[in-house]
Amino acid sequence: MRMKRRSEGPFYRIYNKHERGGRSEEGRRKLDVGRETWDDPLRESAMEYETVIGLEVHVQLLTRSKLFCGCSTLFGAQPNSQTCPVCLGLPGSLPVLNREAFRKAVKVGLALHGEISQVAKFDRKNYFYPDLPKNYQISQYDLPIARGGWLDVGFEGGPKRVRITRAHLEEDAGKLMHVGKGGSRVDFNRTGTPLLEIVSEPDISSPQEAALYLSELKAILLYLEVSDCNMEEGSLRCDANISVRRPGSKELGVKSELKNMNSFKAVERALEFEVSRHRRVLEEGGRLIQETRLWDERQAVTQPMRSKEEAHDYRYFPEPDLVPFRISQAEVDEIRSSLGELPRERLNRFQTEYELSAYDAGVLVSDKALSEFFEAVCRAVPRPKQVANWLTGPVLSEMNARHKTIRELGLKPEALAKLLMRIEDRTLTNTMAKEILPALIDSGKDPDEVVRGKGLKQVSDAGALEPVVEQVIRKNGQSVQDFLSGKERALGFLVGQVMKETGGKANPALAHQLLLKALAVKKGGAL
Amino acid sequence: MSISRKDVHYIAKLARVSLTETEEARLEKDLAEILDYVAKLNQVDTSNIEPTTHVLSLENIFRTDENRPSLQPAEVLRIAPKKSDGFVVVPLVIEGKGDA
Repeated sequence: MRMKRRSEGPFYRIYNKHERGGRSEEGRRKLDVGRETWDDPLRESAMEYETVIGLEVHVQLLTRSKLFCGCSTLFGAQPNSQTCPVCLGLPGSLPVLNREAFRKAVKVGLALHGEISQVAKFDRKNYFYPDLPKNYQISQYDLPIARGGWLDVGFEGGPKRVRITRAHLEEDAGKLMHVGKGGSRVDFNRTGTPLLEIVSEPDISSPQEAALYLSELKAILLYLEVSDCNMEEGSLRCDANISVRRPGSKELGVKSELKNMNSFKAVERALEFEVSRHRRVLEEGGRLIQETRLWDERQAVTQPMRSKEEAHDYRYFPEPDLVPFRISQAEVDEIRSSLGELPRERLNRFQTEYELSAYDAGVLVSDKALSEFFEAVCRAVPRPKQVANWLTGPVLSEMNARHKTIRELGLKPEALAKLLMRIEDRTLTNTMAKEILPALIDSGKDPDEVVRGKGLKQVSDAGALEPVVEQVIRKNGQSVQDFLSGKERALGFLVGQVMKETGGKANPALAHQLLLKALAVKKGGAL
Repeated sequence: MSISRKDVHYIAKLARVSLTETEEARLEKDLAEILDYVAKLNQVDTSNIEPTTHVLSLENIFRTDENRPSLQPAEVLRIAPKKSDGFVVVPLVIEGKGDA
């Protein structure tokens, strides 16, 4: 198994209301209303263009062994220590398909509403490159694992449906490192790692929408547990095809193919750069050429790839070393039944079942384990909104501060549930509970034990609080006068003083009540 | 079916084969004859026949997802023309590859 590491952070960008996705028809109309003042960096003149984007995502499937041999897929091993005659393409070796990779590919195909090919086959894609020892890549040409399907992206104003063209299995290439004059270095450990290539139709109409598509796709892949989607380790990679055209035009403009983008943000920025480059060239009356361009993260520009001027001709032909793969309807049904709840379904359910806001539900659902933790806590605590606030607030802060996932944090749902119940039964104030949380995580002890150990317990005994209330009234004569002369806000200050005197342990409702009682006596005396 | 000298150049380039002029002339003739010969298959009526990609009557040959021992890095590097620090060394490649 690939080593697990915390992925890009818990925010499910699709559901983050602060980030609007692609401009819908409605959105565009809204923008048009304020055209004079609309400051869009992509629009340097009045000419209108439509952006057309299609994405190709390569995802490494989470398997122990490679696609066609038993070598390990573990990331970060000693160079060239995970190879064999099959993945090195040595003469006389024969590939044999990994059943798990096949099933995971089918799983993704089904989750994207694709049609699973009853018979799938593999083909050779021929090209020469030093990271490809066989001089061909085993891929799929005309009978991929899945064809068609769609992905709904975006949230506000209703999702946008992006059609999927296909999903096919192929083997990854090795890793090339350019070190300078001496030559390039090759590590073949990655060679033969199972990749699923997921190709979208050119249905994406802005760089932001492209980022939302990726984020949605990643969430689905994580929910299916078919990949760790770790972009830093290259488990999820994205290439983009982009062109612009005049609205209403049926034909696509000249496209650029963008590569070398190592994060969702990079995809978005590279696309933004390319959109404005295309517009500028066209507006200056220039001509675009179809080309592959590489994103340069440091300079924040795309640059043409230096390549020979020959069309790619991969001369695909059926891979003779692998026989066809037929999948029965029964097996397809069986895999379909293993899909489980997908993020968008869970998002909707959280909003209806727990009455959470789209935002809260989105934050929880963005992390499968966190959303499951939420449900586990809710089984023991009456108010889901409180649980959501705790998870998206203090718990998430602890996760971020410690760079840990909810599982790695070691906090048990039962422990958090008990802590929240101590707020419910007024043993603790919310503030006290928050103070306890780090210790609860560090010690792994029962919340009650932590409370005892810290000497923290809410004072809900009027007899114990009354002397403090008296003291606060004595010490804060001005505030008392303010309150008596009608300044209601002064009461809040006095409650705060009681909390301070008790080190946060006073039950604030009781403090409020006792203060009012004592002040009423004073008021009576003054009259 | 005929094949032009340009086609021969193109195919040779794709296959990274360098040819002498004599070889080119011979291949131009040979390839045309091979294509003509194979083209005879087009005369067969295949309208009711399922496409065949493999001649073996085998399907669904899988392996389970288990690890098997890999080669020792030293063994792998032994067959590499150039190596350094455990890596295979190849002539410098600057451009990104035209493929994913």
